[in-house]
Amino acid sequence: MKTENQKAWFFVLPVLLLVAFNALIPMMTVVNYSVQETFGDNVFFWQGLDWFQQILRSDRFHAALGRQFLFTFLILIIEVPLGIAIALSMPRQGIWVPVCLVLMALPMLIPWNVVGAMWNIFTLPDIGLLGYTLNHVLGLNYDMTQDPIAAWVTIVTMDVWHWTSLVVLLSYAGLVSIPDAYYQAAKIDGASNWSVFRYIQLPKMKTVLTIAILLRFMDSFNIYTEPFVLTGGGPGNSTTLLSIDLVKIALGQFDLGPAAAMSLIYFAITLLVSWLFYTLMTKDDQN
Amino acid sequence: MQKRSIVPIVYILFLMLPIYWLVAMSFKTTNEILSGFSLFPQTFTLENYKVIFTDPTWYWGYINSILYVSINTVISVCVALPAAYAFSRYRFLGDKQLFFWLLTNRMAPAAVFALPFFQLYSAVGLFDTHLAVAMAHCLFNIPLAVWILEGFMGGVPKELDETAYVDGYSFPRFFVSIFLPAIKAGVGVAAFFCFMFSWVELLLAKTLTAVEAKPIAATMTKTASSAGYELGLLAAAGTLTIIPGAIVIYFVRNYIAKGFAMGRV
Repeated sequence: MKTENQKAWFFVLPVLLLVAFNALIPMMTVVNYSVQETFGDNVFFWQGLDWFQQILRSDRFHAALGRQFLFTFLILIIEVPLGIAIALSMPRQGIWVPVCLVLMALPMLIPWNVVGAMWNIFTLPDIGLLGYTLNHVLGLNYDMTQDPIAAWVTIVTMDVWHWTSLVVLLSYAGLVSIPDAYYQAAKIDGASNWSVFRYIQLPKMKTVLTIAILLRFMDSFNIYTEPFVLTGGGPGNSTTLLSIDLVKIALGQFDLGPAAAMSLIYFAITLLVSWLFYTLMTKDDQN
Repeated sequence: MQKRSIVPIVYILFLMLPIYWLVAMSFKTTNEILSGFSLFPQTFTLENYKVIFTDPTWYWGYINSILYVSINTVISVCVALPAAYAFSRYRFLGDKQLFFWLLTNRMAPAAVFALPFFQLYSAVGLFDTHLAVAMAHCLFNIPLAVWILEGFMGGVPKELDETAYVDGYSFPRFFVSIFLPAIKAGVGVAAFFCFMFSWVELLLAKTLTAVEAKPIAATMTKTASSAGYELGLLAAAGTLTIIPGAIVIYFVRNYIAKGFAMGRV
């Protein structure tokens, strides 16, 4: 059991100060902007909740939010099962384990704009490896600067390429922690592969999977750099995800009030969905 | 076993293809890139790398990035260690709320903070310094480091602490000479993740710097837009950004899988 000790606050203090400096002051700035109107020169007018109403009713925001949810849904539904499947088929020991882990983790360590630039070079219709193969070997008509479907397939494929390894690494960590005795017992009982997965492996992976799904949700919901570098939100607005739209409003049009209101709504949605995920996935532990 | 290994092999091939293309592109001349498709560099050239290693705006980009990432990793792990210890060993007023609040900072989109961060760090006179970027990245790295370390510390039995006190160890001495070695895998994993997320983040790093501390990734974006379309040079710069990550992951390769298993399962 943990002991009650209020002096523990001293241990937490440095973290608290650093994070509060970075989180609270900028957050207050955002709140400040979200209720005011400015015409430059540091002159501000009280605006109340007008920006919030305007954003919540705007079609542009609804469209960006819809695209954002679609993107996050697609990458979760692809990356989580794929990551588990790859983790299950990886060797448990031997010299290939570190080789696999290092190679798989590599995409995660590439700066995000390089990831975007890399996929841009990779998919150029006439000189990129993928673009050339699709257009000239398979005879498809692939050009993501023109075709919204192609642009979507490309950003989803890029994210699968970028982040599936996170699910693999975490699931794999859960798997290697299962003692051999469990598998031997299952073998004696004549359990099928599916029951081994359902009743031994999946429960053991549950904690790490919760972390993986939460991290993937938060990061994919906040994604900015990679799709921005790759497609710039286009063609048209077809791949303008929430944060791309937000940066367009804030830094492109310099509409600070609406951008700040949108930031707060955006943050609230992320918080709410993360909390829902977390509560749903840890519900069994509470009982 | 043989049949099963097909899945990881195919997956790794899929991961390596875009990387191969980037590396292949970096050894091509601009003429060759623009003249058409070739699977291997026809006229192998090191010209692109030569430009990067001789032009200060390029190589200083790397030095700047490595500097602020290192500062961030050291700060994050050092302040996260005592905090994680407090969360794993003690109950105190508001501990659960505080822990959750820390995690919520990972959920804030960096795009939300870009402009306020610029104003904040300009106001305290840290704009365009390595420290500014390192501190800004603490926003999402400290919560993660606390989260990971707390998991590892939870796996260390409390008897270890109690025995040490009975043996007459002071707290700092116990922490450094007994407790830290017991969770060194966790420190490795936490440092790895701090390094990783600080190294790959660009939006804040770019917002908080102008000249003195400009990260390599920003130098790349600027080149991509200003100097026409020098794909070869861009590819060479991209290739070089993969190397520090590859080195770091090589060092922690054994901790990653084992570490998470110990810490959180």
